[in-house]
Amino acid sequence: MSPRLRTFAGFGITALLLFAVAPLVLGDFRLGLLAKYLCFAIVAVGIGLAWGRGGMLALGQGVFFGLGGYAMAMHLKLADAGPGELPDFMTLYGQLDALPWWWAPFANPVFALLATVLLPMLVALLLGLLIFRRRVRGAYFAILSQALAAAFAILLIGQQGTTGGTNGLTDIQGFFGYDLNDPVNRRMIYFIIATALLLMLLAAWQLMRSRYGELLVAVRDAEERVRFLGYDPANVKLVAYVVAAGMAGLAGALFVPAVGIISPALIGVVPSIEFVIGVAVGGRASLAGPAIGAIAVAWAKTALSERVPSAWTYFEGLLFVLPIVFLPGGIASLVRLRRRRTAEAPAAPALEKVPS
Amino acid sequence: MIAGVGAAALTPYPRRGLPVSVIVSQLFTGVSIGAVLLLIALGLALTFGQMNVINMAHGEFIMAGAYTVYVLQQSISSAGASLLIALPVSFAVTGLMGVILEVLLIRRLYARPLDTLLVTWGVSLILQQAARDIFGAPNVQTSAPSFLTGSVQITDDIVIASSRLFILGLALAAVAALMIVLKTTSLGRRIRAVVQNRDLAAVSGLATGRVDRLTFFIGSGLAGIAGVALTLIGPIGPAMGTNIIVNAFLVVVVGGIGQLKGTVIVAFVLGILQSMVEYATTVSVASVIVFVAIVAFLQWRPQGLFTLRTRSLA
Repeated sequence: MSPRLRTFAGFGITALLLFAVAPLVLGDFRLGLLAKYLCFAIVAVGIGLAWGRGGMLALGQGVFFGLGGYAMAMHLKLADAGPGELPDFMTLYGQLDALPWWWAPFANPVFALLATVLLPMLVALLLGLLIFRRRVRGAYFAILSQALAAAFAILLIGQQGTTGGTNGLTDIQGFFGYDLNDPVNRRMIYFIIATALLLMLLAAWQLMRSRYGELLVAVRDAEERVRFLGYDPANVKLVAYVVAAGMAGLAGALFVPAVGIISPALIGVVPSIEFVIGVAVGGRASLAGPAIGAIAVAWAKTALSERVPSAWTYFEGLLFVLPIVFLPGGIASLVRLRRRRTAEAPAAPALEKVPS
Repeated sequence: MIAGVGAAALTPYPRRGLPVSVIVSQLFTGVSIGAVLLLIALGLALTFGQMNVINMAHGEFIMAGAYTVYVLQQSISSAGASLLIALPVSFAVTGLMGVILEVLLIRRLYARPLDTLLVTWGVSLILQQAARDIFGAPNVQTSAPSFLTGSVQITDDIVIASSRLFILGLALAAVAALMIVLKTTSLGRRIRAVVQNRDLAAVSGLATGRVDRLTFFIGSGLAGIAGVALTLIGPIGPAMGTNIIVNAFLVVVVGGIGQLKGTVIVAFVLGILQSMVEYATTVSVASVIVFVAIVAFLQWRPQGLFTLRTRSLA
């Protein structure tokens, strides 16, 4: 099979699994969990692009996930409350008598939906411009992105009256007129998320196989050489970072109706770095690896914490250690290894080489 | 964002009287936040700044240093004696943990700094859970020695806790000791040689691997000292490392790698900035403002305050 045909076959099989097999095999509860994992997978696709292909270890994707999630949750809370009413938590903690000005636009569904994706992209654009233009990179970039996650979580917790503080925005009942307590509607949410994941995978695939994708890998491997060739590496990185932020925002927005809550505990330093682990396990530089890894890790977390809660933390620790030390290419590199043994063609250019 | 070691852990100073005394008292608060930051970041300045290893488990080494005090107090009843004994013991305990980590994992990853970050994060998760299983999930308390429980009256309005002064002294002493080791001893010379040009150091006959391990021992040992200091101002818990590690890395990034003076200056500047902004706004807003200030600063000096001059393009 040609690589292109193989990718199409992969998309077909994924679609079959997501749209036919999973809804038939899984009960409502498990399907809801899978919807949550798929949201993490969407974040992972973006991280795969930024980190695996672009060499930018983004440790603050929780911020963009959170921006998307809060934008969606704010709209749903306002819709739940009804026109002119305040969301329940505001009267509870804040004793507010009017809606804060920055909440008001989110009552408009079109604005809220656009904001879930555009707001994270805008923040990523601003931060990326400032960071990449000054050639701050590598570990410096990773630490800054992590600090952003820390600052954002502290900010949300501190503004309890208007953001719900530590509890976040909870108890979301409806989704654009559909009652989220109805299992049928929850299935609909699952299908929306699965569609979104497929679309994001397609987008990532298009980006990876384009000239831009090659340029991105070139920047990852030899930034100065790309600069000497006349390109601006800052712009190349910026695109991947902003796209990854948009994907994280979309995932956050879809996470809210699927799970019914968004809170600082889901977006701070720890969850942000947890987004990365699935990507590393699955294969950071491959297309499907990050998504598969994210789903596998999230599934393992549920399965293990259900049985032995403390064992999960040890296992998660080992997940960070063992695959990265001994299998830097992740699960995807196992598949490729087997394929290379059988293939007669010379090795492809090192597009899927693992960056440091 | 320095709230974890800052305002939350501090007893608030009187916020009355003339603006001047407010400014002075906020300055003292800032210096004292800075001293804690400096102690935490000093070990990182060595392992991250000198060796370019991003050790996310540094926070858990600090935790291990703090628990060392707790364990010692189980057998030594005198709080003062146990604290003084804890300083060298913690240094050795966390230093050894660092060496084990270096030998088992980090050595394999010198060519992949970002992977080191993730791997050591995994180690930090394991260490945290181990602390939870050994000492229990709730925080534990140690008793502070009597000579550190009081406070020093400076003016009518300004009172400083003795423990804070002790930490300031400890931080400055640690910096001085580290400087002396780096500048005057043969070990320090070897460390600097390896940092500046690893290949040349190796062909000159230096056992660079051994120097790496010793450097890592000292850097991790300093985490133990920081852990001892932290027992004086807050509770000891399994998650105490996570809250402080991000800020400590920021201090090293903004200070510039390869030199200690940047770390020292930036720790105090960030501490003072944090306390001033917190006074003017709130803790949570201050964390964002400090982050923005750091990004703005990096526009001016993307490599940090001080940099080693190199001809490298990267």
